[in-house]
Amino acid sequence: MNSSIVFQTGLYLLILAALAWPLSRYLASLLDGSLAARHGWIGQVDRAVCRLLGTDAEEDMSWWRYAMALLLFHVAGTVFVYALQRLQGVLPLNPQQLGAISPDSSFNTAISFLTNTNWQGYAGESTMSNLTQMLALAVQNFVSAATGIAVVCALIRGFVRRKASGVGNAWLDLHRATTWLLLPLSIVLALALVSQGVIQNFKPNQTAQLTEAVVYQQPKTGADGQPLKDAKGNPVLETVKASTQTLPMGPVASQEAIKMLGTNGGGFFNANSAHPYENPTPLANFLQMLAIFLIPAALVFMFGRWVGDWRQGATIIAAMTLLFVAMVGVEYWAESHANPLLVQLGMDGHAGNLEGKETRFGLAASALFTVITTAASCGAVNTMHDSLMPLGGLVPMWLMKLGEVVFGGVGAGLYGMLIYAILAVFLSGLMIGRTPEYLGKKIDAFEMKMVAFAILATPMLVLGGTALSVMLDVGKAGMANPGAHGFSEVLYAFTSAANNNGSAFAGLSANTPYYNLMLAIAMWVGRFTVIVPVLAIAGRLASKPRLAVTAGTLPTHGPLFTALLIGTVVIVGALTYIPALALGPIVEHLQLFGEVAR
Amino acid sequence: MSHSKNLALFDRTLAVPALVEALRKLSPTAQWRNPVMFVVWVGSVLTTVLGVQASLGHGEAPAGLIWSISAWLWFTVLFANFAEALAEGRGKAQAAALRATRKNVVAKKLASPSRTAKVQVLDSASLRKDDLVLVEAGDIVPADGEVLDGVASVDESAITGESAPVIRESGGDFSALTGGTRVLSDWLVVRVTANPGEAFLDRMIAMVENAKRKKTPNEVALTILLVALTLTFLVVCASLLPFSIYSVAAAGAGAPVSITVLVALLVCLIPTTIGGLLSAIGVAGMSRMMQANVIATSGRAVEAAGDVDVLLLDKTGTITLGNRQAAAFIPAPGISEQQLADAAQLASLADETPEGRSIVVLAKQLFDLRSRPLHDAVFIPFTAQTRMSGVDIGGVAAAMAEEGDVAVDIKAATRQIRKGAASAIKQYVVAQGGVFSDAVTQSVDDAARRGSTPLVVAEGARVLGVVELKDIVKGGIKTRFAELRQMGIKTIMITGDNRLTAAAIAAEAGVDDFLAEARPEDKLALIREHQHAGRLVAMTGDGTNDAPALAQADVAVAMNSGTQAAKEAGNMVDLDSNPTKLIEIVEIGKQMLMTRGALTTFSVANDVAKYFAIIPAAFAVTYPQLKALDVMHLTSPATAILSAVIFNALIIMALIPLALKGVRYRALGAATLLRRNLLVYGVGGILVPFVGIKLIDMALGATGWLQGI
Repeated sequence: MNSSIVFQTGLYLLILAALAWPLSRYLASLLDGSLAARHGWIGQVDRAVCRLLGTDAEEDMSWWRYAMALLLFHVAGTVFVYALQRLQGVLPLNPQQLGAISPDSSFNTAISFLTNTNWQGYAGESTMSNLTQMLALAVQNFVSAATGIAVVCALIRGFVRRKASGVGNAWLDLHRATTWLLLPLSIVLALALVSQGVIQNFKPNQTAQLTEAVVYQQPKTGADGQPLKDAKGNPVLETVKASTQTLPMGPVASQEAIKMLGTNGGGFFNANSAHPYENPTPLANFLQMLAIFLIPAALVFMFGRWVGDWRQGATIIAAMTLLFVAMVGVEYWAESHANPLLVQLGMDGHAGNLEGKETRFGLAASALFTVITTAASCGAVNTMHDSLMPLGGLVPMWLMKLGEVVFGGVGAGLYGMLIYAILAVFLSGLMIGRTPEYLGKKIDAFEMKMVAFAILATPMLVLGGTALSVMLDVGKAGMANPGAHGFSEVLYAFTSAANNNGSAFAGLSANTPYYNLMLAIAMWVGRFTVIVPVLAIAGRLASKPRLAVTAGTLPTHGPLFTALLIGTVVIVGALTYIPALALGPIVEHLQLFGEVAR
Repeated sequence: MSHSKNLALFDRTLAVPALVEALRKLSPTAQWRNPVMFVVWVGSVLTTVLGVQASLGHGEAPAGLIWSISAWLWFTVLFANFAEALAEGRGKAQAAALRATRKNVVAKKLASPSRTAKVQVLDSASLRKDDLVLVEAGDIVPADGEVLDGVASVDESAITGESAPVIRESGGDFSALTGGTRVLSDWLVVRVTANPGEAFLDRMIAMVENAKRKKTPNEVALTILLVALTLTFLVVCASLLPFSIYSVAAAGAGAPVSITVLVALLVCLIPTTIGGLLSAIGVAGMSRMMQANVIATSGRAVEAAGDVDVLLLDKTGTITLGNRQAAAFIPAPGISEQQLADAAQLASLADETPEGRSIVVLAKQLFDLRSRPLHDAVFIPFTAQTRMSGVDIGGVAAAMAEEGDVAVDIKAATRQIRKGAASAIKQYVVAQGGVFSDAVTQSVDDAARRGSTPLVVAEGARVLGVVELKDIVKGGIKTRFAELRQMGIKTIMITGDNRLTAAAIAAEAGVDDFLAEARPEDKLALIREHQHAGRLVAMTGDGTNDAPALAQADVAVAMNSGTQAAKEAGNMVDLDSNPTKLIEIVEIGKQMLMTRGALTTFSVANDVAKYFAIIPAAFAVTYPQLKALDVMHLTSPATAILSAVIFNALIIMALIPLALKGVRYRALGAATLLRRNLLVYGVGGILVPFVGIKLIDMALGATGWLQGI
């Protein structure tokens, strides 16, 4: 294997661990309330904010109230984000005079940013005013990440508390995660990105004179906005000569920081982190990658601290890291082989597959970014995923299908992994002759019911949504590529939406009423059919006594459990999705390389 | 399995009725109880309809293939039914033996709790709780009950297999009476404590009949998981049809996957192995309990037995053999060992306790002292006030009858020999102006430190010495405890002895901890303390004063010989009244859970190979490149799919013995046990079907069956 990818991955993991470990300490004290107890002024701010939200900071909510508070918050947020997009034409901070966004796209985007998905059916620079970007999208980037943290806090409290009736205060958790964690970190990261050349201004778009005019052909569109076709059905092309270039402007750095830290992924520009104003240098790229995993990793370490046994956290981190490294390996291996059809035509294939990649990042940093952004529920891209090799596209798709539990989204990755841990404990607990328990809490029928909901929801959405779309004409209309790759595009879209990732095989034209609606449903259901069961589990676990650990207890730390956890994640992920993947990326790969061999 | 109660696994007497029962269980109402197998049942019906359609010439696939798959799907359902029926049959055979004692008998119902009250003769089935009945010599006890009046010897061999009759009387710890036993002598007035069908035995019998058996909490949780897996695979298979239609259109080759193949894939993927065997495992667990002569009142209790962290074991009978026995005479200075032995024997002649008898025996063995007739002797029984027993040999005549007892003044010839605990004797001799010497105190302490019980013998004001009573620790018990420790189970010995004695016995037996000078309330406190620390506690008990502790414990085994109160408080009854049984109960509980876990893991791991068989077979017509996934190089798509279905059915049959006997239990630490079982059932579960499917495919290929399809 190329030394560059080994070095970059190694350095990345090393720095990540060095940052996440101390951050976990801060997180634990912040979220269990000991920080506020130590520093009176923090407590005062907490109480003041809660009063402002009309709640009592001391209130300990039952899981049901906690879930209702989050749902209420999200419904209100959806209405707000939707309204702002529809009204942006008459609101300030709109230097490009952009008009109202269509109802279906507004709805899709509202759900998308509420659910931490940041699926973007639109192109940011030509659609969203600065006000919408900042007040609607960026605000949701903060609070949707805080929601993940709040939910995982409630779940950890479920493990830690004994015979308790509540799982914490949703408003207080949301506020603490936003104010004391995401805001300060975002400010630091935004400044670091500005130092690398990420722009931050309120200027209208700039026009630059090209030193050399560019001539190119593009499909001609008719009056209805659809591409014109000639008698044979081929698109009519027109020749265009461009002598100027439009440079979009805006408050990018401040959006960019939380986009990464909150594993949101919604880019200011359509090209996302491949755009030079979002992600100008290899160092900026490295910082962005670090920012994606930073909080998810710190939360896992925090989990270990909070339950009083750092090894519990370390075991989960180990499972995540091993899966991550394996996936980076496969991704890099797949991408380092150029398209054999192009090689046949005489292209030098030694550089690997560079289609859709930025040369300032190169193969290794692109492969690494691709795995990181889909392992987490980020969905920012510095590479066009549609241009990945078939197996190179399978890796991000499968990472999302696993439920984004390899570090995963902020909070969401950990609670997703803990769901798998409960599943692993259930089977292995039985195999040692005891009814299953995890961290001293018995896993009974109620917990299994909730685990079943959480694990069932996404496959239903992904497979059901894809099945419907490949049957319907409105679904097939969006595919840019016929055949297996078209199938992969739709599969990727539903995978990304249901798992709240937000990245895309951009070949699919998804900004249509059908896809906007279907994907919005997938995002909303995918988010809350996991969050509500997780909170239910938290509530039930909190009410149980904590059992003692004896020599007969299944150890949930150490290499054996790491292997077990990986096995559970991989087997569940594989068994659910192998047939679909076989008809998409796997057959694409076999076709591509099989044909050349023949 | 040499025990007469154990029938061979596929014994003809069990297998034939089980086959019939398996067919009867094909009704949808019976299948509905088991969601996983219900899906298979629906699949079987569906493929049968498709088969008929194909035979009429409108088939979506070759009729031969559809019928073959349909037939094997029906076999899958039948095999699962058979496993369940077989387990039930074994349980019922055992229950029948017990139920034989439950024949309706004539009951003599009393109008009031007195022997002389008016008697109404009726059938035992019409007795209700709190009815009063009279049972006389030769009568069979009509129902479980509590003795209110009378004393009688009762033959309980029908229940326990123990032929020696036992005494039952009102009050105290011997007042419980089990229905079906026979009164041999005298009479009893009994209050019925259970309605018909609610007695322990009835509840146990119900639990080996699956239809009446309530699912245990863990079974419910596991079923939820299995249903979730089934639903997942249902979505996976259902979505394959549109995927396939799209792919055919996109590739312009092949035909969409047939419903038959999708049903075959679905049945192969859903966890039929565990789904088909789950109830058999539960029933078999209950019947293993019954084989151990333990009656559990709920499956929940059997499950909890697997979770136990702490075992509270009574010293007497569990850790040590019955009672203490005299082991040595340690004379006081100036007294010979024989003198001491002689006095001790005299004091014990009338003492019918096992300890007393063992003193007489030891004196006889060591010095050939025989019990002799005593005239004019007054035996002083043990009382709680004096805490001593002994004998007064009074008068001249009595003294003259003795030989060589010249040292004793004739006038004071009355010998007053006492034996008892050191403190009691000390009080006794000091009151008479005697001295309790340091040497004797030393001997007492030494004996206590050795784990023995020191009994001091005194004559008048003079201390003669110490009799050492020793507890005999049961052979092999130490290794048993070491095994328990490895399993992570802590053993605590409960004893009324003092700390010193208890510590010595605890060390000898190898228990982890002990509770000395234990009173019932101490037991209760200890259980609560462990439960508060998050541990599950198991204990045995027989007395009424054990009832609170039994009710508190998570797994409470009451001795059948115990009181009704103890039996009501416990959640299991040991018919053999053998306190060591607790260890066996824990093992049976663990075994049942392990079998469930192992088969679930095996079942899910199997799916990997089935994908490799069916996916290329189903889709290679559309995308020929997918043949690369056919790593087993199966003969044809038709044989590949059929092989997977056949394997899926046969594996249920192959695993019936494992489900009924349970995964072999080894006393190992949790991590070692898990690693071993993961390797066998997880990794094994991935590999076995590759071999199995390949072999079946080769067989199908060799017969030429389905050729050209």
